[in-house]
Amino acid sequence: MEQLLYASEVLVNGLMAGVMYSLVALGFVLIFKASGVFNYAQGVLALFAALTLVGIQQGQVPFAHLINAITGSHISSFGWTVPSLLAILLTALVMVGLAILIEALVLKHLVGQEPIIMFMATIGLAYFLEGLGDIMWGADVKTLDVGLPQGISDTAEAWTAALTGYGFFIDRLDIWATVIAALLVAALVAFSQYTKQGRAMRAVADDHQAALSVGISLRFIWVMVWSIAGFVALVAGIMWGTKSGVQFSLSLIALKALPVLMLGGFTSIPGAIVGGLIIGVGEKLFEFYIGPMVGGATESWFAYVLALIFLVFRPQGLFGERIIERV
Amino acid sequence: MKLRFAAAVAAAMMAAAPALADLTVPNLSYRTGPYGANGNQYADGFNDYFTLLNERDGGIGGQKILTPECETAYNTEKGVECYESTKGNNALVYNPFSTGITYQLIPKVAADGIPMVTPGYGRTSAKDGSVFQWVFNPPANYWDGASVIVKHLLDVNGGDLNGKTIALVYHNSAFGKEPIRTLEELSKKHGFTLSQIPVDPPGQEQKSQWLQIRREKPDYVILYGWGVMNQAAIQEAANIRYPMENLIGIWWAGGEVDVEPAGAAANGYKSATFNGVGMDYPFYGDLKTHVLDTGKASGGGAHVGKAMYSRGMYAALIIAEGIKKAQELAGTPEITAAQMRDGLEALEITEARMTELGLPGFGQPFQLSCQNHGGSGMGMIQQWDASAKQWKLITDFIQPDEDVLQPLIQADAQAFAAENSIQPRCN
Repeated sequence: MEQLLYASEVLVNGLMAGVMYSLVALGFVLIFKASGVFNYAQGVLALFAALTLVGIQQGQVPFAHLINAITGSHISSFGWTVPSLLAILLTALVMVGLAILIEALVLKHLVGQEPIIMFMATIGLAYFLEGLGDIMWGADVKTLDVGLPQGISDTAEAWTAALTGYGFFIDRLDIWATVIAALLVAALVAFSQYTKQGRAMRAVADDHQAALSVGISLRFIWVMVWSIAGFVALVAGIMWGTKSGVQFSLSLIALKALPVLMLGGFTSIPGAIVGGLIIGVGEKLFEFYIGPMVGGATESWFAYVLALIFLVFRPQGLFGERIIERV
Repeated sequence: MKLRFAAAVAAAMMAAAPALADLTVPNLSYRTGPYGANGNQYADGFNDYFTLLNERDGGIGGQKILTPECETAYNTEKGVECYESTKGNNALVYNPFSTGITYQLIPKVAADGIPMVTPGYGRTSAKDGSVFQWVFNPPANYWDGASVIVKHLLDVNGGDLNGKTIALVYHNSAFGKEPIRTLEELSKKHGFTLSQIPVDPPGQEQKSQWLQIRREKPDYVILYGWGVMNQAAIQEAANIRYPMENLIGIWWAGGEVDVEPAGAAANGYKSATFNGVGMDYPFYGDLKTHVLDTGKASGGGAHVGKAMYSRGMYAALIIAEGIKKAQELAGTPEITAAQMRDGLEALEITEARMTELGLPGFGQPFQLSCQNHGGSGMGMIQQWDASAKQWKLITDFIQPDEDVLQPLIQADAQAFAAENSIQPRCN
């Protein structure tokens, strides 16, 4: 009985962890869906967004280190702090600006190229943005506090203790992440289903040429999609940055999203969510039951094994579009 | 035209290359990537110490010390590339600041005849100089760290750990696995149960590990982490309300960057350290005058006094003292790598010398020899005060359990010697 309760706690926490993975995977799906590009830079976008948010919030002077090195000055801060909500809005604007620049400087010149070329361009973009983030905001670990609570939920612990005799651990940050992810997905689905721009985005995703022929601007759609992906990256960056500080390892959260994408499919928003939940629960339960027998630390590889098992039966992923090409 | 071009290229190369009289200590640093926050501080401390010697004293024995940097990104392959690309520039000694890179370089430095100093990291059994002729790891190694932590726990528990459970949460890498063997031996000796909990790097997601700790309720958790793994572990410990004073990290889990993201929740967290904390040392007066105020500080002086900065500075101090000793032994300031090795092997840093350097009590005195390449192994315990945002030393230097460690070091070194057909020396 005790073991079952522990497993249930692991399962609940696996679901919560899955939501955190899904937040990262969503950004990949949005861009892949609209342009067929696997955006290698999505993890770095989350890092860049979180760095910018902390920088704006704390009134940090961008490029301070570079300015000081060139001019011999000792500036670091404007001396003000910006309220969290305003800082988030300003960061979202920066991400829109970044999307415009990416479209104008990179994507526009690669229209009609093979997907692998676009993919390679996003690899270059990832390295560039990582370096830019470093020069702009410095390499130190930064504390991110936008008012999200962290730590064990007393209510959940008391409630489960009363119900089962064992108080479950549920992190309040994970609860918030779940609520925010649900709202984000609802907003994205509503946007793509019920707005003109959303329908245009879906049209581009279905067929670039056909969309162009009816007057949809590919360039506008790309800027819009990269802006939305930038916003999703900001949300992911806030969640992961609140957890363990904003630092350059944040870009590696992309590694957690890959098995989610393989499992859920690269083109489905619900797929990213369901895929994240399956990966989260699967890796946590495997670690709980099998981990102790094999020395632990199974999560990093088991997520990929799980995704590969699914791929054997559904190569397009759970919710991916089935591609049928007839000769 | 071709001649003029060749002359220009030659002039440029000569300008870029160190002057023949300078001594070169390549700084294999990492300022980018997931571990850049730690690497930045360490590299700045390392550079600044030598800058101070160059500016204040004109170098060591009249020789300026150059510390050309090569970015490893804490990546073993890049670290080896850095070694290969810099060793030809009369490199005197290496401090790669990565256990993974150290393991790869051990056979290379032996073949090339260049000493390597790995203060507080690297291969523990390199302390046995009879086998590891070219590697030095003073003032302490990972096994010393594990033993110092266990001794502290013995002190806290009135000398008795019988029946207690200690969980080791470790970075699943060469570094993180280092203390396992020592802790296994110490658990037999002191009667505590050791639970091993690996975390795959980088270690951002540790929910499973901390749920396990919440279920098993170990009395103490020892943390051998690096980079984001430390911040995530301290936050998760706070999340499950694990008593922070019962969570003790190795010195590489004892930087400000590790505790600050968790804010007030990190208050009371402990870690080992083999050097003093803060800036309350006369040394910093000279550093301010000759390095900070003259705008010559590495990284703009932003990290002066931080834990990792101090450790990088201490590593430079050990190397600088080794250079000084080597110059004395060789009778010339223009020493070679082989003479540097001899200097390190004869190195003695006394309390009087530390006081002379402006760092009284900063590190424990130690003496190296042909057999002992590791020094005293002593360490202290520091505790984080979140409200003051600073580390506070809560113990004096603690002597590790040599009765347990020495046989383990000898066994490991002998196994290495047998595998690599090395004839032990020092007899």
